[in-house]
Formats: sequence, C-alpha cells, structure tokens
Amino acid sequence: MAGRAKSPLSPHLQIYKPQLTSVLSITHRGTGVLLALALLLLPYWLLSVAAGPEAYAVLLSHFSAWYGKLLLLGLLFSVYYHLCNGIRHLVWDLGLGLDLDTTYLTGYIVVFLSILMTLATCLWMRIS
Amino acid sequence: MNLASPLARVRGLGSAKQGTEHFWQQRVTAVLLAPLCLWLVISLLGLDLEDYGAIVVWMRAPMNTVLLLILVVAACHHGQLGVQVVIEDYIHDDGQKVTSLIMVKFLAIVAGLASILAILRVFLG
Repeated sequence: MAGRAKSPLSPHLQIYKPQLTSVLSITHRGTGVLLALALLLLPYWLLSVAAGPEAYAVLLSHFSAWYGKLLLLGLLFSVYYHLCNGIRHLVWDLGLGLDLDTTYLTGYIVVFLSILMTLATCLWMRIS
Repeated sequence: MNLASPLARVRGLGSAKQGTEHFWQQRVTAVLLAPLCLWLVISLLGLDLEDYGAIVVWMRAPMNTVLLLILVVAACHHGQLGVQVVIEDYIHDDGQKVTSLIMVKFLAIVAGLASILAILRVFLG
C-alpha cells in the first residue's frame, strides 16, 4: 500500500471542496428529480378536480396540512430554481457565458432570483 | 482494418446514435416549459384554490385547457429524459439500470395519460 499511496487520485466527492458551480449543478439535478416525482402528483390534482368537489376537498385537506405545505414550498423553490438555472443552461448551450467570472455571476443571480421568487410567492399567498 | 469479430463490434463499442435526439428533445421541451411553468404558477396564484368552482371554470377555458395539455406532455417527456440521465449516471448494474429506465418511461406515460384524461374530462364534463 505504501507504493500505491503516491499514485494520483481523482477528486473524491466527500473530500473535494464544494464550489458554487458544483453545488448549483447537483442542485439542478436534485430539484429536477423532485419535480419529476411531483409529476406523479400532477394527475392526482387534475383527477381530483375531474372527480368532483368531494375528492377535491380531500386533496385540499392534504395540502393545507403541515406536510402538504412543506411539500408545496419545496416544489415551489424547485420550480423557480430549475427554471432559472435551466435558462442559464440554455444560454450556455448557445455558447455564451462560459468563462469562469460569468459562470459565477450567473450562478449567484440564479440563487438570488429563485430565493426571491419563492419568498415573494409565499408573501403573496399570505396576503391573498 | 477492424480486426474485432462481428460479435465484439455488436457488443457495445460506439454510441446508440440516439444521443443528439435526446439532447435536442430535452432542450425543446425546456424552452416550452419555461414560459408554461411561469404561466401555471401565476394563474394558480391568481385563483382562490379553495374555491372548487373557480378552478373548474379556469380549467375549462379553451386556452387554459390547451396550454395545460401542452404543459403536461412537455413536462412528462422532459422529466423522463432527465431522470434517464440520472439513472444512466448512477446505476451501474445493467439489470437494475434497464429495469429502472423502463419503469420511469412507463410511469411518465401513465402520469401523462392520466393527466390528459382528467383535463379532457373537466373540459367536456
């Protein structure tokens, strides 16, 4: 083993220092997977509306409970984050904004915007 | 000159030649979903979600029905493509990989069809 210790290692995720770029990248995946799971709830919502007021009342009771609200908050942030960072990805696909400075700038903008949009939506739901 | 046997050649070196299609469809659905998701969130925020009648009236408006249908199809397709990449990246056992890929595709189709059925039922009902 003494001889092997000097051979180069690829960056180990548990040891490698997290950077804004890598954290935002994995968050894009995480929110994407969460939204894909939410796609299984989408037919539940739509079918409840189709089934009538009684079924819709059951759905409402779930989403007004603490776990439903928590889920909605998570989904709301995921939609906003995946949307903002998705646009960042589409701009990259055009070959724009790929240098390090711009990548960090747009990264901070995405974090700021998605948190701001989530807070604004929560505030709006409180008021109305 | 290629000295590999036909079997070795078939057994998997080289691409399945479907990568471009996957990439492109993911981008097209993304471009569709960006405005549609904003539209859905803003529309729902404008409604009283506890008022069943209001939701039905909103869903029945032809423009909303059409946009909802497009949103559902694009979202299920986009979600399936995205989860496929995650599975391909993290699941290395061939059997588990293929099983999960098929399951995700199946779930996406079921979720999409159930949603379409519900939207049409409200529209026609």
